[in-house]
Amino acid sequence: MKKLQFSEICKSFGSVVANDNISLSLGEGEILSLLGENGAGKTTLMNILFGHYVSDNGFIEVGGQKLTPGSTKASLDAGIGMVHQHFTLADNLTVLENIILGTEPLTRLWSQKKQAYKKLQELSKRFGLVINPDARVADLTVGEKQRVEIIKALYRDASILILDEPTAVLTPQESEQLFKVLKEMVKAGLSIMFISHKLNEILEISDRIIVLRHGKVVGEVATKNASKESLAEMMVGRKVTRPAYKKLKKGKAVVELNDVCLKASEGSTSLNNIHLKIHEKEIIGLAGVAGNGQAGLASILQGLASPSSGDFRLFGESLNKYNPTFLTESGVARIPEDRSKEGVIGEMEIWENFLGEELRTKSKSGFFIDKKQAVSNAEKLIQEYDIRCEGPFASTRLLSGGNIQKLILARSLSNNPRFIIANKPARGLDEGAISFVQQQIVNAKSKGAGVLLISEDLDEIFELSDRIAVIFGGRIHGPFDSNKVNKNQVGLMMSGEMKSDSIYEN
Amino acid sequence: MRIKTRRNTPVWLIAVLPLLSIGVAFIIGAFFILWAGESPIRAYLALIKGSLGSTFAITESLSRATPLIFTGLAAAVAFRAKFWNIGAEGQLYCGAMAATLIGTGMIDLPAPIMIPMLFIAGAIAGCLILLVPVVLKTHMKVDEVVTTLLLNFVILLFVNMLLEGPWKDPMAMGWPQAARIIDNGVLPTIVAKSRLHLGIIVALLMSILMWAILRFTVWGYEIRAVGHNQQASTFYGISINKSVLMVALFSGGLAGMAGVSEVAGLKGYLTLTLSPGFGYTGIAVAMLAQLHPIGVIISAIFLAAIYVGADAMSRTIDIPNYIADILVAISLLSVLVGAMLTRYRIVWGK
Repeated sequence: MKKLQFSEICKSFGSVVANDNISLSLGEGEILSLLGENGAGKTTLMNILFGHYVSDNGFIEVGGQKLTPGSTKASLDAGIGMVHQHFTLADNLTVLENIILGTEPLTRLWSQKKQAYKKLQELSKRFGLVINPDARVADLTVGEKQRVEIIKALYRDASILILDEPTAVLTPQESEQLFKVLKEMVKAGLSIMFISHKLNEILEISDRIIVLRHGKVVGEVATKNASKESLAEMMVGRKVTRPAYKKLKKGKAVVELNDVCLKASEGSTSLNNIHLKIHEKEIIGLAGVAGNGQAGLASILQGLASPSSGDFRLFGESLNKYNPTFLTESGVARIPEDRSKEGVIGEMEIWENFLGEELRTKSKSGFFIDKKQAVSNAEKLIQEYDIRCEGPFASTRLLSGGNIQKLILARSLSNNPRFIIANKPARGLDEGAISFVQQQIVNAKSKGAGVLLISEDLDEIFELSDRIAVIFGGRIHGPFDSNKVNKNQVGLMMSGEMKSDSIYEN
Repeated sequence: MRIKTRRNTPVWLIAVLPLLSIGVAFIIGAFFILWAGESPIRAYLALIKGSLGSTFAITESLSRATPLIFTGLAAAVAFRAKFWNIGAEGQLYCGAMAATLIGTGMIDLPAPIMIPMLFIAGAIAGCLILLVPVVLKTHMKVDEVVTTLLLNFVILLFVNMLLEGPWKDPMAMGWPQAARIIDNGVLPTIVAKSRLHLGIIVALLMSILMWAILRFTVWGYEIRAVGHNQQASTFYGISINKSVLMVALFSGGLAGMAGVSEVAGLKGYLTLTLSPGFGYTGIAVAMLAQLHPIGVIISAIFLAAIYVGADAMSRTIDIPNYIADILVAISLLSVLVGAMLTRYRIVWGK
């Protein structure tokens, strides 16, 4: 029996077709995976389901009933619950308050917390979703917050649950836990739509897989008939090659952090006694769940913050000047975490963003902008790095994520840096761009650069790194030779359940 | 009806937008004139005649535009960096006070030295007073909208105190006004038998200077970058606090020069009626010019012409000159709506 049916959904934004005649259905008690790269149309489809957008054509049926387009309330009433990738919780309220938020009529004077409390405990027992209803959401871990989101949907009697990239923020063990819960839920008759681009997970959790590409359904397979390779090819549309790992003889130390501490500022984790040595011709992968001090470490290495204590030696010399300009000039390439908000200024033109970090060093007498030189440099790099744009004078915000990342790589790597700090350089990019970005980093390594690769993607870390370190609670474990640890051990360290002393350390 | 994002904005649209807004303002304004019981055509003719109809009318419009160019630039530069300086009115009076302090007899030098000195003193005074909100913002995150706005009242009361007390000119027959600027400090008129003075030349030069700084220099890059995206600016190694400080110095300095221009050019002495809200109108000028320094010249002249013309209109026909405020307000609103249309498109139907 079909619980949810999309029929011939079309949606375009200007000249971009986000959904092109999509028809798919979700059965009762089924876990359906929706697989696709960024920009394949998954999010748009879900936004239509949720009434955030109205489709240009086509309709959606829930349990045989046509869904009113453009109404979020209608979707909620029809029993659709969504767990967004970015949580939609009020940090200053308790778990219980968050869950009943919006479910009670405005006209009621007293909220019925007692009943809600009871219902919440029932739900949490039934599905093994352990949570303290009186905890403040701000104090919860990421995994717990996600649990709250799921309970929130269940509390509203959702019978269809949609999870958008639910594991992006979880450790491997937490993901495992989540999958157990999901399987419980389908047993109880719920239907689940699981959106992801991680092939391993999809193969593990789902009954059926639908692949989207460029807004179209390009494939549908039962999970038992699918393989990682076939799915990847379907998703990307061609065979994808990732750069091959090659061990090189490592050279002198480029970065040494000795006993570096950083006091926490607003909303970040402090760093405690960080020791880390990065050499020429090696890539160190730093694994960790977001929010464990990566941001602070990156900001020190990028010259945006100075450590509250400890010694940062760059190319053998103790650093006492923490500013991005100085670091860039000394030969540090900086790839920021948030490429479109931090890496470029969208409202400015492409040539101006190429100037970015070298604004003062590349201007005439440090005051007048050398536009001619900047534009010709931009033109050269646009060619060299194959940045798809209308030219150096185009507005940067018109570039796709992959092309923005190419701009950032071109800007920082074209100076032959000796140290690269790359903060989640491939996150959210499509396969083609990912392999480009990774290839560039590998090339830079073979040219002699030392690299610190911060990533949440363990596959990426294991594929590229010579040594792997784990950051948890502002402390670094390792680095370990990448062939001396396995994903399971790294996952346990990421959640703080395994101490590093149990593994050989070098 | 739905709203769609434009991928890029045609240049002609940006250029035509202010003109369209003005057209809309005049059409809507016509209803108010009808309401006041007059023919809109007669009223607008009187308005145009009063602002552009004769050499005298034109010089009046231009001399009214002079302080507006300064304060408009002050707002435009600050707003470019998203530093919301609402205190140009107060900074204008600070400039006027500085000019009065040194221009009424403290020093007496030949005009070619004296006049630049007055402008520099006024600019410094405008900067200094704006330093208070800047330091509060950069060091304690105090919102500059509140501090710059409230400082206006503090400064006006201070000027009032000076004019009622120590600076009161005994020769002014009891009026609360300060002594006249000495002859060497007075800005010469540039059109015979008019009130149009050297100030407008300084204002035009300042517009060009600000345009060049914003467009061709590292400072300009930093101001624009900080205005667009502070996070990326920090990543590029631009110090936000330094940029805010620099912008504030430009902004306060320009507003201070407006005060000098009025005291030493138009009035000749400091009074509390020196500025009928030029500092606030400057914000309207800047918005209408879409924060472009050269656009500021045009929009300042336009707004000045409307005010001057409306005065003439209310003298010849029986319509209150408040109609000018209505016209200015509506053109501003339509510019803001229009600015949205440069980024979005309205599509009819689903």
